[in-house]
Amino acid sequence: MNTPQVLQEAFRALSVNRLRTSLTMLGVVIGVCAVVVMLAVGRGTQARVNQSISSMGSNLLVVFPGAQTSGGVRFGAGGAQTLTVADATALAEIPSVLRTAPLVSRSFQLAYGNANWSSMVTGVTPSYFPLRAWDAVDGDTFSDADLRSNARVAVLGQTVASQLFGDESPIGMTIRIRNLPFTVIGVLSRKGQSLDGRDQDDGVFIPLTTARQQLIRSTFPGSVAMMLVQARSAELMNEAQTEVTELLRLRHRIGPNQEDDFSIRNLTALAETAAIAARAMSILLGAIAGVSLIVGGIGIMNIMLVSVTERTREIGIRMAVGARQRDILRQFLTEAIAICLLGGLVGVALGLAGAWAVALVTGLQVEISLVSVLLAVGFAAGIGIFFGWYPAAKASRLRPVEALRIE
Amino acid sequence: MADPLIRLEHIDKQYEGGQGLIVPVLKNINLTIQAGEFVCLMGHSGSGKSTLMNILGCLDAPTRGDYFFEGRLVSGMTSDELAALRNRKLGFVFQGFNLLKRMTTIDNVALPLIYAGTPRKEALGRAQEKLVETGLGSFADRLPNQLSGGQQQRVAIARALIVHPMVLLADEPTGNLDTATSQEIMSLIRGLNHEANITVILVTHEQDIAAYGKRLIRLKDGEVVHDAPIETSFA
Repeated sequence: MNTPQVLQEAFRALSVNRLRTSLTMLGVVIGVCAVVVMLAVGRGTQARVNQSISSMGSNLLVVFPGAQTSGGVRFGAGGAQTLTVADATALAEIPSVLRTAPLVSRSFQLAYGNANWSSMVTGVTPSYFPLRAWDAVDGDTFSDADLRSNARVAVLGQTVASQLFGDESPIGMTIRIRNLPFTVIGVLSRKGQSLDGRDQDDGVFIPLTTARQQLIRSTFPGSVAMMLVQARSAELMNEAQTEVTELLRLRHRIGPNQEDDFSIRNLTALAETAAIAARAMSILLGAIAGVSLIVGGIGIMNIMLVSVTERTREIGIRMAVGARQRDILRQFLTEAIAICLLGGLVGVALGLAGAWAVALVTGLQVEISLVSVLLAVGFAAGIGIFFGWYPAAKASRLRPVEALRIE
Repeated sequence: MADPLIRLEHIDKQYEGGQGLIVPVLKNINLTIQAGEFVCLMGHSGSGKSTLMNILGCLDAPTRGDYFFEGRLVSGMTSDELAALRNRKLGFVFQGFNLLKRMTTIDNVALPLIYAGTPRKEALGRAQEKLVETGLGSFADRLPNQLSGGQQQRVAIARALIVHPMVLLADEPTGNLDTATSQEIMSLIRGLNHEANITVILVTHEQDIAAYGKRLIRLKDGEVVHDAPIETSFA
């Protein structure tokens, strides 16, 4: 018996029993499909969280002014106005610190022509944009010269740009912030949601000096609402935090037994928490996928075992008329491979469709990876082929009379 | 003198029962069958006649003893050689027909040729011829369960004969058939022995079926108790 005859014999055996063939295939289809969908959702979620994290900027410390006690009343964190632009400049000199960005912000009504929109206006230094890894897609961000000259220039987030200008280009136009005219010099790239769900693109950025003198006045000279400090690397985060603390205590003349008049938060810790959560979710979905793979595998195993075992008599008959062991083996192996590959392909197709449907219905991000597809198909096919082959191998080693005796 | 077609020397067959109990089924069988004989094996249930048949047909192996087929020692053959022997030299007919249920009549008949490596088209052509010879020319595309018992047994005989075997081994071929159909089948088998000179070994427990043969071997409790030409045994 040569190879084409083996193939012919296998496909005849499959086609004469369509119900058995399709049920067996169904096991493979479901197993593969479930795994593809699970892994797509898991990877998608992780990718989404990673995007949010990297959109925040990397290796960031946030410094807030501390709690202030006035006549026994303690104001919350940020109540004091102890943090200054000069602090920021000094902190930027620390070796482990790459750059700092002091900022003030408040919500204002914006207007352009007939359109108006309320949004957060933030006064920043030019270092803010590289610190947040945030570029202008249109026009440019402002310079140190703008900062020094208290220029009335504004850089818009995507949401503000589209609310005020629609499809028009805002560059060179004049918007009014609390009735003061500002020239739009740039539009930032889209950042999307922050980790806490805020729309980061709903904002306007102006020079810190302009903001402090003309929009957000403070009785304390040079005070800022908060500042961002970027460490040179992830490894230097702890060192930077210690050095920032020491320098600020020194500059604010805080004695050894006194509390800090500022607080520092490590955004990396937050990002790590989010990443851990995303990874946990991904692992969870992966585990579910693994379980579906195993359950699917057991299903495939069962139906293969049963369908081959119930054919022991057939194997006996074939051997009685002259089939060699290897003829039997090749036939059953071919049948198992055909079922598993066809089932695998259908399963992948359904899995892709399923992932797409999940994305459509739930709005979750999904990401199909070739590895997960290959893993699912490989595992299902491996199990199917082994358990299609193994009982046939066992039966083919029987003496024909034993195989024939089994009903 | 040329080797006999089949020679059995001191054949024992034992099965292991529970608790190390050994159940002897065949005890020291010595037997020679020449080409062209028509041998009937008779005996009660449990006499070992089917076991002997299965050993003769290379479907089972003896526990001890030597089986020579055309002078070659069967127990020394590899499984592939045994498969080739079953495929080319032996044809089987079973009480329960043993057709592949889901395959058409013609595919069933062609199966031994397929395993012999005959191209499918040629195999189907020869299967069709064989079906016509056995009177089933118009049933080629039927499934076995669409045929009567007699017709199914004819399909099985056609399948056994397609490779022109030297020996036809029939294990109670009429056991599931009515009297009239049994006689048809037995006439067909006798014709094969007389005209095509195929050696026939037939297991039965019915006297009138055994009467079609030329030599009768009776087994009792795994031993040969009678071995003589049929004319004398019914004298």
